[in-house]
Amino acid sequence: MTEKSFLCQQGLGEAIEAPALVSTYTFSPRYDLDRLGGTFSRAGHPLQGEPIAGKILVCPGVQGGIAGGWAFLMMRGRGVGFAGLVFGEVNPVMVQGAAAAGIPIVSGVDQEIFTALKNHQTIRLDPKARKVTIVDRS
Amino acid sequence: MRLSDVEQAIRDGARGEAARRSLEQQIAVGDFFGAEHFVEVSNVHMMGDYEVMGDAGCEYLRSLVDLGARVCVQTTRNAQCIEYDCAARLRQSSDLIAGEMKVRRLLGELGISLVDTCINYQSIYTPRFKEHVAWGDTGTVAYANSVLGARTNYESGPAAIAAGITGRTPAYGFHLDPCRRANARCIIEADLRDIADWGAVGAVVGERVRGYWNVPLLEVRRGNPSPNDLKHLAASLASYGSLAMYHILGLTPEAPTFATANGGRELIAEFTVSQADIDRVFAQGTPADGNVNLVVFTAPQLSLVEMERIVQLAAGRKIHSGSTLLVTTNAMNKVAAQQTGALAALEAMGAMVLQGTCWYIMDPLEMRKQFGWKRVVTNSAKLVNIIKAHGYEPVLRRTEDCVETAITGKLS
Repeated sequence: MTEKSFLCQQGLGEAIEAPALVSTYTFSPRYDLDRLGGTFSRAGHPLQGEPIAGKILVCPGVQGGIAGGWAFLMMRGRGVGFAGLVFGEVNPVMVQGAAAAGIPIVSGVDQEIFTALKNHQTIRLDPKARKVTIVDRS
Repeated sequence: MRLSDVEQAIRDGARGEAARRSLEQQIAVGDFFGAEHFVEVSNVHMMGDYEVMGDAGCEYLRSLVDLGARVCVQTTRNAQCIEYDCAARLRQSSDLIAGEMKVRRLLGELGISLVDTCINYQSIYTPRFKEHVAWGDTGTVAYANSVLGARTNYESGPAAIAAGITGRTPAYGFHLDPCRRANARCIIEADLRDIADWGAVGAVVGERVRGYWNVPLLEVRRGNPSPNDLKHLAASLASYGSLAMYHILGLTPEAPTFATANGGRELIAEFTVSQADIDRVFAQGTPADGNVNLVVFTAPQLSLVEMERIVQLAAGRKIHSGSTLLVTTNAMNKVAAQQTGALAALEAMGAMVLQGTCWYIMDPLEMRKQFGWKRVVTNSAKLVNIIKAHGYEPVLRRTEDCVETAITGKLS
């Protein structure tokens, strides 16, 4: 197995390893998710129906607003939330929400990850090293 | 981050464990964004209701209360998810009502003012030019930065509460000059005569200049916006583009000239918004048959001026027998409408005037199931963007067309 790593510009939280959910859409917890059940629910979204529990979301950016600040905490409390977050661009809400919920987050990830990484591949997210690594390239 | 003596004392526990934890959380976020120091804030506006917080959010608040936390600067709350007087009529669930009552108690114990409004800048607190505040609800942030020249980032619920407890926020983003400079130039060539037109501009520009760190400069060729127009522009830009600030050349305080607004920042986009672009926003979702039984004025809550305009347009007529007309506002404006007679006129027309809430956070998915609603007509571009996630088919129309639709039951 050959690992492939991608650098990030900013990071917060502890290192984790989990399967990835890759989206090419910008992300909003309010617009995209069933926050009670922990699935993508937005009609027409490529990940519609995908459970998010224990997964690391990898997506290019964010949209919308403030709801993310509570949404990560709420979903974590229900046991249905993301394990980690990897963004191309990020707004403060996602970072504040991740900090409150204790979820590791990075932003400014190398754009190549969106072509190299496939859904459900395992990745290691290391915010302190500002690095995301594909550990399962099968 | 460089800490002042006061901040170091908070970190050392001088103001208690809740303040210490809050400051640590703020430092973590500040470090993420490269903040070098804090700025003191004079006012905090936080977003938090049971629909978005759930039990985990309540537990978070409970832990702060148990640690003796209190806000040390005026902190107000955004719209809530329940309208107590109309909850039964709108079939809001008992779980949601009970949860929201729990949230109210906990926020009250933290010293937060339960004003329940997303138009605090029109009703509660209007910060001055260059004043640092910590506001949540994206529309309030975009309005504060753009129209008032105040300074705030998006502050999510937990972050705003932390700012209320510590009285400060990390100095990054829109607290600093470089981030406030325009990096997109948008020439608006359309006729803008209703708040829905300004919301449509927000939809077009927001989608083309998307990204929190981007700031569009609008050069408006035809249009003389009111504060309510600018309110809808702010809400729409934030919704479609995650934007926190805009300039309008010659109109907003940091844009007397293009050069001043831009400040030498590299432009990422330069484009014209035509009448055809705006018409396309209005055309989206227009159904083949014109039957509509739900019209909603909300997102943001209505000012007294907006409510009086609906009354004027209705001219004493009542809504269609099979239709529902919802209007949301805050307690202050509802009292004002009571005094001017607008409230009585709206209710005589058949409208439900909801206080302290915004419709899209009232669990509209459940309402759709309960009432069989599908199509909704509104003058709020922000609502059009949001409500699709709850299975609705929204249509944007100007205020007068929304009123006609409510009265005839047919899309105007």
